[in-house]
Parts: sequence; structure tokens; C-alpha cells
Amino acid sequence: MFTYTSIAELVEAAEKSGKKISELVLADQAESMEQSQEELFDRMSTDLDVMIDAVKFGEQKDQKSTSGLTGGEGWKMNDYTGRTQGGLSGTIIGHAIARALSVAGCNASMGRIVATPTAGSCGILPGCLLTLMEEKGMDRKDVIMSIFTAGAFGMVIAQNACIAGAQGGCQAECGSASGMAAAALVELAGGTPQMAADACAIAIANQLGLVCDPVAGLVEIPCIKRNASGVVIAFSAADMALAGIHSCIPVDECIEAMRAVGSALPASLRETAGGGLAVTKTGKKLKEQVFGKEE
Amino acid sequence: MNIFDIIGPVMIGPSSSHTAGAVRLGRVANKLLQSKPKDIRIELSGSFAKTYKGHGTDKALLAGILGYHSYSEEIRSIFSIADKQGIHYTYIPTDIPNSHPNTARIQVTCEDGSQHTVQGASIGGGNIRVDYVDGMKVDFTGERNTILVPHYDRPGVIAAVTNIMWQKHKDINIGSFRLTRPVKGGIAMMTIEVDGMPPADVIDAIRSVQYVTNVILIRAI
Repeated sequence: MFTYTSIAELVEAAEKSGKKISELVLADQAESMEQSQEELFDRMSTDLDVMIDAVKFGEQKDQKSTSGLTGGEGWKMNDYTGRTQGGLSGTIIGHAIARALSVAGCNASMGRIVATPTAGSCGILPGCLLTLMEEKGMDRKDVIMSIFTAGAFGMVIAQNACIAGAQGGCQAECGSASGMAAAALVELAGGTPQMAADACAIAIANQLGLVCDPVAGLVEIPCIKRNASGVVIAFSAADMALAGIHSCIPVDECIEAMRAVGSALPASLRETAGGGLAVTKTGKKLKEQVFGKEE
Repeated sequence: MNIFDIIGPVMIGPSSSHTAGAVRLGRVANKLLQSKPKDIRIELSGSFAKTYKGHGTDKALLAGILGYHSYSEEIRSIFSIADKQGIHYTYIPTDIPNSHPNTARIQVTCEDGSQHTVQGASIGGGNIRVDYVDGMKVDFTGERNTILVPHYDRPGVIAAVTNIMWQKHKDINIGSFRLTRPVKGGIAMMTIEVDGMPPADVIDAIRSVQYVTNVILIRAI
């Protein structure tokens, strides 16, 4: 049984057995949850369907958040990417950004999402994986398996650092989601377990210190767009790892650093809406717009 | 922790504490109802009072009271669902002293005239803590099946209740037991969280114990 206390543990086991991390994790989880592998796979398959539906919900032109502060970002990005044959960064990235914006927008308009690992960062994993599935022709079964790898990396992060913005800032939510997604992307693309670990490390390192500063305390500004940047960081980290670029700092140490940085963040930058963008002139104005003037 | 704690839960957005947790809090009230709700009054305190509209906390609580889950799409349209059923509901921002920042107090009056109250908090990640049920101090999370036993504070009542559970059904394992007693010799409350589902005959048997005034079973939500 895995302890999920280090990513090195997962990588070593996979290298020794010649299996994918996802295969080992599925077997391990089936044993510890006392369910069959088929049951767990089917449950993950249902989760993937929820992600697909969340994209559809959020990419509509008239999508509007409950507060009215945001909406329609996914549609705009899709429209632009189509119109310009991929804009500046290409169709894959353009559509991946659109999917991340759509799922995060779905969340903000009270649609159904899978928290991966949290509601605030729910667009990153679907943005990455659905794009590979729908635009690179990756097999649905492989995509579902890769979520087990993402989940296993997330379990280690949750145990050794944290995944809640209130505890560790946005690096703990979007940073973790990016790291998890980068590892899954590498596995899907046929990279080695060590490459998956490197990709996760690079993604986390690139979001270290990111603060959680939601305008009006709502999961919208800047959360929705941070899902888009989380996707781009995951793709770049996965591509670097697949190119053979190592993370100079091993992933488990990056996670440890994230924990330490999270603890060092003042409370005002940990989901309390007491700092960062939340207290800018416009941030305060938007808050008033939704909740009225403070008495 | 398992893999679905990270990949999951499947929920209606936008916030695990202000939306998903609020539905679960509402569901505790739903478990108490024996007839159709007619009039629902929800007091919101702390962060709930300030931000309930933007997070859909109002819809989430109401949906939970009407029996929906934190993943139910109906949460979005719950106002019109309640309106169609002729259910009256009001929200009152207030300040409940010494309570967790995300606290709600729910009062439901049913068509048969019965009335139930629940006060609890959404404590993060969709998890909740229930503080009061029908005015009595309790402390449970709703993650396991929970048996509430209001009773007169007399020697032997706790032993009688746990004995029944053991004798009638050997599979029921008590995971947590808590006794609250505001006044010696007055009304006291057992909060018993159990593994497994206590069958109806166990609940009936506990109800017939001397000095036990009622038994409320709240299934895991």
C-alpha cells in the first residue's frame, strides 16, 4: 500500500514494476477502499463526464455568474481561437484556456463541477485533459487513468502541504491543480514517471507564493483567469519535462517549499479578501456593486 | 484520505464552504421533517450574512432543506421549485453571538404543524458541524448516521440505551458518543454517531427506555 507521503515513492514503484503510476494507484486505491478496480474506474469515468458537461455549460455565449461580475469568457476565447486559427499561442492552448475558463465559469454560475482539487481550481485538470482527448485523439480510457495519477499527486500535496486557499493561498489551489495536471499530461503523452514528477515540480515552482485574494470574497476574480494560467503552466511544464528538462529541485522539496511559503503568507492573502486584488480601488468597488456599501 | 477526496466532490459551485456545505446543513434539517415543509425561516450569521447572495448560500440552504444534494442541478432553480410547491421562505441576516463565521439557524414549520430547528456551521471543504437541533445543544458532523436521544438526566439511562444497541444489533458500532447536560437532573442529550445503519426496531426500543423523551435518527448526509 502507498502512504502518499512522497511522490518519490510513486515514481520508484512505477519504475521498478515497469507500470504506469496510474495503474499502481488504481490497484492501491481499490485495495484500500475495498472496492473493485472496475468500480473505481467507473466512478472516475462519471467524474470525467461531469467535466465534459461543465465545459458545455460554461462555454455558452450568455453564461453569467451568480453575482453578475463575470461571464462569457469561455465563449469569447473559443470564438477568438477559431476566428484566428489559434491566435498567438495555437489552437491547443487556445482551446485549453477556453475549457478552463468555461469550467471555472460554470462553477461561478452555480453549475455542476468536480472539485479538482478544489472548486476554485476546478477548470485546470479538465482544461488540460479534455483538450488532449478531443484534439489530440487521446483514448478516453487513458484519459480516465491519467486522472488517477493526477489524484495521487494531489494526495501527496494535500498531506505534505495543503490544497485550501484559506490555508496556503492560491498556490495551494491552482498551483496544486497545475502540478497534478502536468503529471497527468506527461503520462498521457507517454512520458516516464520521473518526467511526470518533474512536470509537477516545475508547475508548482512556477506558482509558488501565488496569493488567494478573491474580489468580494467570491470565487470569480481573479480565480477564473487563474484557471487559464494554471492550464498554460501545466502544458509548458509537461512539455519541458517531456523534452528531457529536469526540475533542479525535486518535486517533494517543491511541495515542502509550498507548505512553508503558505505558512509564511499573512492571513490577508489567504482567502479572506483582505489583501491583494480584493482591496484595490476597483476590487472594493466591485464588492460594493454586489453586496452594497458596508454600513 | 482517498483519491476521490482530491478528485471530487462533484458539486454545484461556486464554493465548497458557502455552497456545498450549506446544502449539507440544510439536509440535516430535512432529515428531521416528518411532513411537508410549509414555512422556512433561515437566519444567517457572520460571513454567511454578508455574502450569501453572491455564493448562492440562500439557494443552497433551501435546496438542502427540501432534500436535494450538493450535486443537484435543482439548486439553481430552487426558488421557483419552492414557489411552485407553495413553500414560504425568508432569509434574515443577523448576528448569532459566539458562533462560527459561516453559521445558519434554520426553522422549518411543517404542514402538520410540527416545527424543527437546526443551527450549524459550514466549517470548510464542504464539511459541517451541527450545534443545535430543536433547541438542544449537540455536536456532530453528519458524516455518519447519528442518533440523538433527548432524555431526563437519570442514572442508568445511557447504559440502557447502549445495551439495546448491542443486544439488538451486534453490527452497530459507536464511533462517537457525546452527552450534553445543561442542568443536572434536567433534560440531557446523547449524540451517538454510529457505523452502519441502525434498524427501526433499535430506534423504537430506545424510544421505550424510561426517561428517554424522544429519539431522532439523522442519516448520514
